[in-house]
Amino acid sequence: MMDFLKRTVGLWIPLLVVAGIAAYPLITGSDSNREAMFSILLAIALASSLNILLGYTGYVSFGHIVFFGIGGYAGLYVMTVLGWNIWFAVLLGATVAGLIAYLLGSAILRLRGGYFALATIGVNEAMRALTGNIDALGGPIGMDVNFSLYKPFGGPGGMLQFVFWSVVALTVLVIIISFVVKKSKFGLGLQAIREDEDAAEDMGVVAPRAKTWAYVLSAIIPGALGVLFFFKNGHIEPGEAFRLALSIEMIVWVMLGGIGTVLGPVVGAGLYQETRKLLLTNAYLKNIQLAVAGALLLAIVLFVPAGIVGWLRSRNARLRKVLE
Amino acid sequence: MRMRSVALAAALLMIMSVLAGCSSDDSGSSETTAAPTETTAASGGETKTITVGFTTSQTGKYNESSTRQVDGFTLWMDQVNAAGGIKLDDGTTYMIESKTYDDESSSDRVQELYTDLATKDNADFLISPYSSGLTAAAAVVSEQYGKVMITTGAASDATYQQGFTKVYQIYTPASRYLTSSIDLLASLDANAKKLAFVYENSKFSTGVVEAAKTYAEENGYDIVMFEGYDPETTDFNPFINKIEAASPDAVLGGGHFQDGSTLAKQLYEKNVPVKFISLLVAPPEPAFAELGDAAMEVAGPSQWEPLVQYTEDAANALGMDWFGTTGDEFTTTYTEAFGDAPSYHSAGGYAAGLVLQHAIESAQSIDPDAVATALDATNVVTFFGPLKFDTTAESHGLQVGHDMVVIQWQPGSDEPLAKQIVWPEAGQTAAPMYPRG
Amino acid sequence: MDTLAASLLDGLLIGLLYGVAAMGLTLIFGVMDVINLAHGAIMALGMFGVYLLFSEMGMNPYVALIAVLILGLLFGVIMYFVAVDRVIDESPLASLLSTFSVNMIIIGIGTAIWTTSTYNVEYSLGTVETGPFTVTGARLMAAFLAVVITALLYLFLNKTRPGKYIRAVSDNRGAADLMGIPSHRILALAFGIGTAIAAVAGGMIATIFPITILGGSTYELKSFVIVVLGGLGNPLGALIGGLILGAIEGIVPVFMKTTWVPVIEFGLFVGILLFRPTGLMGTKK
Repeated sequence: MMDFLKRTVGLWIPLLVVAGIAAYPLITGSDSNREAMFSILLAIALASSLNILLGYTGYVSFGHIVFFGIGGYAGLYVMTVLGWNIWFAVLLGATVAGLIAYLLGSAILRLRGGYFALATIGVNEAMRALTGNIDALGGPIGMDVNFSLYKPFGGPGGMLQFVFWSVVALTVLVIIISFVVKKSKFGLGLQAIREDEDAAEDMGVVAPRAKTWAYVLSAIIPGALGVLFFFKNGHIEPGEAFRLALSIEMIVWVMLGGIGTVLGPVVGAGLYQETRKLLLTNAYLKNIQLAVAGALLLAIVLFVPAGIVGWLRSRNARLRKVLE
Repeated sequence: MRMRSVALAAALLMIMSVLAGCSSDDSGSSETTAAPTETTAASGGETKTITVGFTTSQTGKYNESSTRQVDGFTLWMDQVNAAGGIKLDDGTTYMIESKTYDDESSSDRVQELYTDLATKDNADFLISPYSSGLTAAAAVVSEQYGKVMITTGAASDATYQQGFTKVYQIYTPASRYLTSSIDLLASLDANAKKLAFVYENSKFSTGVVEAAKTYAEENGYDIVMFEGYDPETTDFNPFINKIEAASPDAVLGGGHFQDGSTLAKQLYEKNVPVKFISLLVAPPEPAFAELGDAAMEVAGPSQWEPLVQYTEDAANALGMDWFGTTGDEFTTTYTEAFGDAPSYHSAGGYAAGLVLQHAIESAQSIDPDAVATALDATNVVTFFGPLKFDTTAESHGLQVGHDMVVIQWQPGSDEPLAKQIVWPEAGQTAAPMYPRG
Repeated sequence: MDTLAASLLDGLLIGLLYGVAAMGLTLIFGVMDVINLAHGAIMALGMFGVYLLFSEMGMNPYVALIAVLILGLLFGVIMYFVAVDRVIDESPLASLLSTFSVNMIIIGIGTAIWTTSTYNVEYSLGTVETGPFTVTGARLMAAFLAVVITALLYLFLNKTRPGKYIRAVSDNRGAADLMGIPSHRILALAFGIGTAIAAVAGGMIATIFPITILGGSTYELKSFVIVVLGGLGNPLGALIGGLILGAIEGIVPVFMKTTWVPVIEFGLFVGILLFRPTGLMGTKK
């Protein structure tokens, strides 16, 4: 038992953090806190998903938000047009995102470095333009969620609760996936690809297959999150679903916390979202909040490039054992 | 000139805000411009504060229109407070306070911020953000907390067909935006039958043109072009070349300010021979005149214009109630307060406050249910025009009382360009100029 | 037919401008493998530079372009030493983020000063009309300047000593160091030139189109496409990539809804990356 705990301590810490975040609105009984924590959890789950590809494999997916948008569109379509229930919609969102990642990954993961990054931007922009041209998806207007769809949850209040706890569950899931992948042989293969792809292939890692599966794993949770977010939001349209700026923020979250670590995306996403909110709602800084956030980020990239968790790990051998 | 003062003011504000941020920490998180919170009213009744919450787009693409909307609302609030607040018969006086956050023109945080407003800041009433997309997200939250939300700057019909019960629209809905322009064209030229629609791909403008297209087809028009453009478009030449090839009599469409004014400018530069142009949102904005010759004879629908005169007498003649300030007073006080003539977004913001005040006064309460009942029964004429809400379950809260006018830029007497009202005929300040050029 | 000819000409003219807009990005990418995510924001600064010099100081907008060029160079060199130099040898991710934070700072301060409202440079060179073609003077001028800028950059890189140093550093920084070329200063120069061209491109855009502080982002995205079309690090390729993009934007709408243009553009972009990752005009890199 002790041994198991010791081996998995790197998992329990991020899970505890998430549990704390999830419990906070419960303890305070405040809806306002729940919404704030929702933004944070969403960011954590997105960042942790991206980290599987970006952190472990070293492939910079700039347009990762594309899976969030694809999931959202698939989910809202089956719910509002075909009348599916939310569980199936979330499953479908995840499946479609995973499937597209598989097909896409087999093609664009052949590209390396900046070329791959550029291709993912291209994919996102192409999807955005494409959905705007498909009338079945509402074209540029997008789709609305009729209020009556919230009735099964007992109105919007129940729906907000439901979505919140679903996102908590997905966040826990993605953290477990992150940890298991990192510790697995598959994960070691990915990290070998990150260090030197050619050498990894020489060592017997089937790089194309490994990369593709990493891509798929990093896409399914954003797909599911997209369904939940846009269901809650009540509306989806191409510009909101495939917002490149959010995609870049995802990378920022991962970098800030510590790339390639399980805890890093949790810390990075949480801190960043909290700071932005603080700046956003501060009477004096809100006019220049974007610039202040930019300056903070620059300072971190320049002076703490390994991110917060990476920095802690590098400072102390004992921390290195417990922080994954 | 205007731009320079804006830039200077902004720079100064920035310096001040940084200085203020150094000296004091978190003393002024509330945005109130209102005066005292706890004073005893002369009548001996209690004085309380109503908090009205909303997000504004201080950053991002909706910044310009959102700012005007908020300015209009702020003017209403300041005037009510200066006049001693909203007084109820039981002696209670309500002062108004507003609470606002930046939504960054994106729906990411809209629900989070509205939840803050509804729960943490205990807002009694909500006003919508600018734009139909953000409003749809905010409405979910306002419904959850049973708050009344007055929407302004959110014209899309779809939001009101989602089943909300306490969301009330100030603007004439999108489906009726361009139909009056078609009526105007019909009255001018029975032979002008070819229409080209070029519009922004947004929730609002697509809703507008689709309704207008149906209306035009029912009335025997031939739609020779029907195309949307990306909201970020700056180069309209591909569209203009297509317009030229389709040789329509009239071009209808547009979207928001930036794209609409650019489209007008490039249509002018390309000397496109169409007889009539009517665009959404951009032409009624005073800044449209900066286009110079390119603005000449361009028409557009407007929710409200300083020249539109709804009067108490006219309202009474129709057997309807009159409420609030006059159009002239609004224009004068707004110009004094913000240094710029109001646009219809400003008027919409002011009217949102006004309709809320009217409902509170008729309900004699600030209880959301009582106010909602009062809003359902609202049938009143204000400087903004008549206001009345749909009370059916299918499209509750949709604006059904208010009508739009069509304006056109024409040569002015002391300035090169003047905005004239050319439709409806009864409200004309000048005859429409037709055909163009 | 007339429509096709007119659309094609419009597309090619604007394509030259797109080419210049992408040139700074491709130069910086080619020389130091940095994708400058502040590219669009710098273009926006160039737009406002021309706007302010014109409407506040009454400077002719085309003269203002020279001032913007110099300011852009300075800004770029400073930006290099502040935000890029420290991370130049790190993973590509680090420079992506550092340039992105510069982007946030510029947009944040810009929004506080100018809001996101639209501004216009009210300066007209008239309109030229012949046959089916109606073209504004400003667009002709911008196309002409695009060619001049490309020629000057080409000459600079191939005929001058600093230009040759830039190419040497871009080919092999280690070897250049060994030969005594002060590589970091050369990188700063290249970054400065890339930034200056981006700012000038912004200024040229301001002479034609209305501007906002967010106005650079559209061109930044187009620049990515162009960079891939024309080959990374190749200024002449950028111009040709711009022309291709412009031609697509001109011709496609004649045959189908204009909203399909970005689908085709970005689809083409991904396709080229997959089949010719070094770009249509691919170089040895």
